[in-house]
Amino acid sequence: MRPATDADFRTRLQDWLPKLVLAPSFAATLLFVYGFIVFTAVLSFTGSKMLPLYTFVGLENYRKLWALEHWHTALVNIAIFASCYIVICTAVGLMLAIFLDQKIRGEGMLRPIYLYPMALSFIVTGTAWKWFLDPGIGLEKTMRLWGWESFSFTWIKDSNMAIYTIVIAAVWQTSGFVMAMFLAGLRGIDNEILKAAQIDGATSFQLYRRIVIPLLRPAFLSAFVILSHLAIKSYDLVIALTGGGPGRATELPATFMYSYTFTRNQMGIGAASAVMMLMAIAAIMIPYLYSELKEKA
Amino acid sequence: MRGIVAKALTAVAITALSAGMAKAADVEVLHWWTSGGEAAALNVLKEDLKSKGIGWVDMPVAGGGGEAAMTALRARVTAGNPPTAVQMLGFDIQDWAQQGALGNLDAVATAEGWDKVVPAALQRFSKYDGHWIAAPVNVHSTNWIWISKDALDKAGGKAPQNWDDLVVVLDKMKANGITPLAHGGQPWQEATIFDGVVLSEGNDFYKKAFIDLDPEALGGKQMADAFDRLMKLRTYVDDNFSGRDWNLASAMVINGQAGMQIMGDWAKGEFLKAGKKPGVDFVCIRFPGTQGSVTFNSDQFAMFNVQGDDKQKAQAQMASSIESPKFQSAFNVVKGSVPARTDVPDTDFDDCGKKGIKDLAEANTNGTLFGSMAHGHAAPAAVKNAVYDVVTGAFNGKYKDGTEAAQALASAVAAAK
Repeated sequence: MRPATDADFRTRLQDWLPKLVLAPSFAATLLFVYGFIVFTAVLSFTGSKMLPLYTFVGLENYRKLWALEHWHTALVNIAIFASCYIVICTAVGLMLAIFLDQKIRGEGMLRPIYLYPMALSFIVTGTAWKWFLDPGIGLEKTMRLWGWESFSFTWIKDSNMAIYTIVIAAVWQTSGFVMAMFLAGLRGIDNEILKAAQIDGATSFQLYRRIVIPLLRPAFLSAFVILSHLAIKSYDLVIALTGGGPGRATELPATFMYSYTFTRNQMGIGAASAVMMLMAIAAIMIPYLYSELKEKA
Repeated sequence: MRGIVAKALTAVAITALSAGMAKAADVEVLHWWTSGGEAAALNVLKEDLKSKGIGWVDMPVAGGGGEAAMTALRARVTAGNPPTAVQMLGFDIQDWAQQGALGNLDAVATAEGWDKVVPAALQRFSKYDGHWIAAPVNVHSTNWIWISKDALDKAGGKAPQNWDDLVVVLDKMKANGITPLAHGGQPWQEATIFDGVVLSEGNDFYKKAFIDLDPEALGGKQMADAFDRLMKLRTYVDDNFSGRDWNLASAMVINGQAGMQIMGDWAKGEFLKAGKKPGVDFVCIRFPGTQGSVTFNSDQFAMFNVQGDDKQKAQAQMASSIESPKFQSAFNVVKGSVPARTDVPDTDFDDCGKKGIKDLAEANTNGTLFGSMAHGHAAPAAVKNAVYDVVTGAFNGKYKDGTEAAQALASAVAAAK
């Protein structure tokens, strides 16, 4: 009798243990992620100024948000930043991965060198690039000291070009990580296929163009998803690199959201912009999750 | 040990516990005066309270304009455990009062006659609904120009009295091969310059546009002219200005790389620290065309609604210490500002400080003491930041002329109201 109950208890415990262990983190995520998403969404419909208020004003905040020139600047900037960042990062990452995949000597040493920028925080990257790009102390000054008197690189001080300096710094930081993802993808490709193609007389270029890159489709998708959410949430890099300047030229939705919610006492509009950002991310993520889940089913 | 624990706890804003750690008759003070001179100035107050048997629980939250401090405060108040006193600026005080979070200082204020000695323009912020809610500590003013004496002598030696004079001096400095105007390209610094520029268009105009937020004044011809002047000033700035901190711009004037800086009176501290003497090494004048008027911002300690008799008593005593002429003089000599009451003797102040006190008293009597738009004493934060957006845009070449900028200003302010 007793052993039976014992075994029964054990199976039941084994059944319950994972759930028990996961419960606290599940509850915390539920509250701090999804709970606060709901809270923000609610706030976006209220007339909250400095502290949360619960006087509902309907879609007023969204109307005001879309009337703000500042918000449009932020949107144009995120469009420029995200597209350049994702395209360049993917291209550079793929190129590095392919070059590293040529069975070269010292790969074990080269790989971490490209990967290390990812270990830095965006604040460090931003500050370092701020100094490097500053015409008064960085690249331009050095080039002129070395005798190239006409050298000029003042993008970071130029309202129209400053957003591209953020792209440069961000690409420097993440392309190594994208490289690692592609490299893993490359290593997963069945050698037999490549050998077969080679026997059929395919050139190296054709090999990559027709076989390898199409086979890397899942890696492309993951890279795209990771890079796009990094782009939308980028805040610290902008703060460290340009502080949103010159003027307001490099304001992004994330910096916009912070300043309206916490420094401008227009919490309602800030919350509305946060909801818009969530929508943008959801527009990218939901089709991705959907296709992933469909494939598995 | 107990003190250390209390400090550590408050520092991370674990709010519920810290009140229990502080002794009953302590005052807990949230502020962002953490730099050397500021901390020394605050020490005057600490010592004074200590002599009255009131302890001081320090809650410094660093970060220039106090944004971080305000975020910490939100957490404390939302948790129902506000600090005793919080350093605060302008409309923030009124916003907190509106939330019903502030206490009442009427008893001290009446006993000591604050109504008579504190300028009315300041009372607009330290009183809510007729009741005293905050103790003003100082008055900074923004319409100053700090000129290197050496550079000025080389450019004719006469301090500019009006806009045209200023342009002449700037042109001469440019011809002499220095950067005429030291400036840091951050929105608030550009807005600080714009305070002076708008005020130079006339007192009535400043009041109409920035205090009353009259749409016609904001989008009109005079504002267009003010923006044209701002854009003219842009041409005297070096190419590498954007993102520079204000104290580095002051250093450019101190080192002789630049001729002048348009900045509030906190810039004086940088000059003094570098061993420069007012009148000998540098000249302080009001922005040309604004002598007789003052655009101010004032640091105040907003007193929160603390519970318990002993705590309220400590709070009242702290307020009384802040307003004592002795503290007002000692603090402001160190800080570079001028006292928040008009009856404090100016004996301990340097020449620029004496001028500041005289100008303030004069502006107070003539009704030409206005809140600074750049520093949140003319309009609430939302409007202030809308003005920042347009002013910094104009300075960075976003608009083709003043008329376009003025129109953008009118619509930005209308949207933020």
